[in-house]
Amino acid sequence: MMLSAQILRVWGSISFVSALAVAGEVLIAGGMQQLGDLDDIRASKGMLGTVMAVIGNGKFFTGALCMALNFFAMLFALSIAELSLAAPAIASLTYIGNAFAAKWFLREKVDQRRWLATAFVAVGVALIAR
Amino acid sequence: MKHALKPSQYAVLVAIMLTASVGDSLLSRGMGQVGQVDMHHLGLLWRALFNPFVDAGIVLLIGFFACYTAALSWADLTFVMPATAFGYVVIALLGRFWLHEQLSPSRWAGIALIVCAVGFVAGGPSRTEHPELDQMDAGVGR
Repeated sequence: MMLSAQILRVWGSISFVSALAVAGEVLIAGGMQQLGDLDDIRASKGMLGTVMAVIGNGKFFTGALCMALNFFAMLFALSIAELSLAAPAIASLTYIGNAFAAKWFLREKVDQRRWLATAFVAVGVALIAR
Repeated sequence: MKHALKPSQYAVLVAIMLTASVGDSLLSRGMGQVGQVDMHHLGLLWRALFNPFVDAGIVLLIGFFACYTAALSWADLTFVMPATAFGYVVIALLGRFWLHEQLSPSRWAGIALIVCAVGFVAGGPSRTEHPELDQMDAGVGR
């Protein structure tokens, strides 16, 4: 009973950190999708105008906030789970979560090639980072 | 889906691969020199800001975030993702050939998988077209 509660705590914290990372990356990507090619914005508004456009985008700002929270949540997760488990698990879950979130929320066309790449990256990162 | 990337956009993807991995390595080396930071030694964080490795790492990680943000403005998240993962390969290869660390067979397998993933995605289109967004852009431009 104690063991299953500990496992639940470890995987709960790993899932929470991964979910924050996915939310952050998808919101930032959504914000950039909304703004369009930054090179075009820079050509018309200059570098400062581009930076202001990016920072002023609500999705980008919320995404960056999620990434900051993710950093602190990661520190908390590492106090519960061992680094050798947490680092590869969080990285792999984040890559898989990003692919699903990109398909559902950003309506990206995730074809077979990209699913295969996501699976390879998730397993590859787990093998390297452990 | 749109496909063709400009040479400058490929350069941004390469910068994503290199800046994150080298930046993390520099931060790691700098923090190793500074010492372990805990609740009783928070002052060490201030000292860390004066460590050249930490400073170089921070600059590279800011560069990474700028390149990553720029890439997401012209490419899909699922297209850029393998490029970010390639940073793990760079760190592993730096460890092998620069620091002469031994890489286990499972790490070599991980490197091979990520290289394959980059190959799969690089051969395909970079961006999904969203006609309604393009129409909105055209409307904004008028």
